[in-house]
Amino acid sequence: MSDSAALPSATTLADAPAPVFDRGYRYRHALESILVPALALVLAAAGFALFLICLGQSPLDFVDLVWRGAFGSAFSIQNTLLKASPLLLTALCVALPAQLGLVIIGGEGAVVLGGLAAAAIAPPLAGIPPLLLQVLMMIAGMSAGAVWIGFAGWLRAKRGINETISSLLLAYIAIALFNHIVEGPLRDPASLNKPSTADIGAGNMFGYLPGTDVHPGLIFGIIACIAFYILIFKTSFGFGCRVTGGSLRAAQLQGLPVTRLIIIACALGGACAGLAGMVEVAAVQGRANASLAAGYGYAGILIAFLARQNPLAIIPMAVVLGGLTASGGLIQRRMDLPDATVLVLQGMIFVAILASETFYGRFAWFQPRRAP
Amino acid sequence: MTSAAFGTVLFAMLAGALRVSTPFLFVSLGECLTEKSGRINLGNEGALVLGAMAAYAISYETGNPWAGLLAAAGVGACLGLLHAALCSLTKVSDIAMGIAIMLAGTGTAFFFGKPYIQPSAPQLPTIPFGFWSSSAQIRSALDVSPLFFLGVIVGIAMAWGFRNTRLGLTIRIVGDSADSARAMGLRINLIRLGATAVGSALAGIGGAFLSLVYPGSWNEQLSSGQGLIAVALVVFARWNPLYCIGAALLFGAAGALGPSLQSVGISKGYYLFNAAPYVLTLVLMILSVRPGRSLKGAPGELSIVR
Repeated sequence: MSDSAALPSATTLADAPAPVFDRGYRYRHALESILVPALALVLAAAGFALFLICLGQSPLDFVDLVWRGAFGSAFSIQNTLLKASPLLLTALCVALPAQLGLVIIGGEGAVVLGGLAAAAIAPPLAGIPPLLLQVLMMIAGMSAGAVWIGFAGWLRAKRGINETISSLLLAYIAIALFNHIVEGPLRDPASLNKPSTADIGAGNMFGYLPGTDVHPGLIFGIIACIAFYILIFKTSFGFGCRVTGGSLRAAQLQGLPVTRLIIIACALGGACAGLAGMVEVAAVQGRANASLAAGYGYAGILIAFLARQNPLAIIPMAVVLGGLTASGGLIQRRMDLPDATVLVLQGMIFVAILASETFYGRFAWFQPRRAP
Repeated sequence: MTSAAFGTVLFAMLAGALRVSTPFLFVSLGECLTEKSGRINLGNEGALVLGAMAAYAISYETGNPWAGLLAAAGVGACLGLLHAALCSLTKVSDIAMGIAIMLAGTGTAFFFGKPYIQPSAPQLPTIPFGFWSSSAQIRSALDVSPLFFLGVIVGIAMAWGFRNTRLGLTIRIVGDSADSARAMGLRINLIRLGATAVGSALAGIGGAFLSLVYPGSWNEQLSSGQGLIAVALVVFARWNPLYCIGAALLFGAAGALGPSLQSVGISKGYYLFNAAPYVLTLVLMILSVRPGRSLKGAPGELSIVR
């Protein structure tokens, strides 16, 4: 299975295409990648139910409230989708470089710089048609993110510096730069308690999708996930990336432009995270301020790992996580539990699903069969 | 800036560095120990926050801050055990698991910590090194927590232990080459389990410093990411516990620069100084790493240096 190329150790000979005579392998393989996380989810849910029972609360009430808070009404579904939309893009910032075996954990830096770049170009360009301005803001945000994560890729490819550390360092540098600029040169004097850049203007903000309260960021996220799925699994560029992720040496021997692939994949991922920051500015905040560093970058790492670095699988994972986040308020009001209850559940789910990674390939029934 | 103001800033920075650096010191020593055994634990951020909460809650309930300190080390060790046990399964990524543990730890801390945001718990005592001075400013600045000295002692002991004890050598072998360790019949997973648990316990003590010494209260914004920053700090210190002490003081001083500049009326621009340690770490890596050659002192089994 090629999408497991994300983990350097996961690509082995067992991932080779199934022999022709084993027609059932495709389906058993698909079943494995559904059953394993499902089992982990059940275990996490059981653990959390035990936790609730110890606190004297009913797990059934909790499930009911999560369902109602996340998917029960048109309002809550929209809320869930809004919570999911930045995560789609920040997860891609992890999943794309992961195809080459890279672990980028600095998406947060690309988010804040993307948002800042978008917010910075809006006031000087005030007066041009909103649609044009929005496109320019998107370009600015994506470029900022692309440069930032692309730099981590460049350091990896050219200097051999580990991308995990460098992207984390770059994220902290980005946040410091962001704070400096938002509280210094670009600060709107009117923003007293919460330093912000100047307002981009209500007319320049994204509208809502017709008939909903959902902003177009969700559409960008879904389009990006589908486009990158096609890029990775249906194009020669993606094939080159996956070969590199499987074995750097093999890719070099084949003459693949490994350096270029690494930098491009990192830059594309960074562009996605930068776009997430831009959407946060253009659809939610209307300006760049500390709300941009809300941890979307870190949540994205987990979504990408939960989706096993498959861009299409990112969509359901982000929706599930968005739904859990969206139902936090309802649980707080109805069950008299702290809103952090959802964080406890999220933590349990993450730990269980990541640990379940170990079960892939352990059961012979799911494996390709040899000729009799 | 007048020389008097400059002196004030310098002094406030020194005092701030002593305070701000202590959590960095403990988390980085914990991270250093874990990484020396060949595994990275980003979950130390969770151990720090959960440790801060547990220390505050136990100190409030029992009236004894030292019991709180023990509790912090205990919950830290539990998180470390969980991380190490799950990472010893094949195919489980220690980086992703660390972030999951971080979220689980902070979530649990926020959940159980809600009732303790308001009440004030007994604090750990400090040693008044400023007794000779009549200036209240100097006296409060030189109130140094015994935890700072404990951290320095732990750092020195670790540096000595890595060189001179059987246990220290064992940890380094496991961290440098799992194959050699296996050939020697060492139980790799058990050793990593121990190193990670002790490392997270140290991170928990760092959290206890936050809630019981400085700033000395419990709230959900208590940690400013010291647990994650520790990863950068350990790289900066090149996996040497003695350098960790210096690096923690440097990172602490950079963090203390903002508030001390504010005390003399400068409120802009210090964010760039906050970023200085990260820029320094990055520059250090750019200068010393070449393709095919890792950082000096880096454990060979560590996923983040390959």
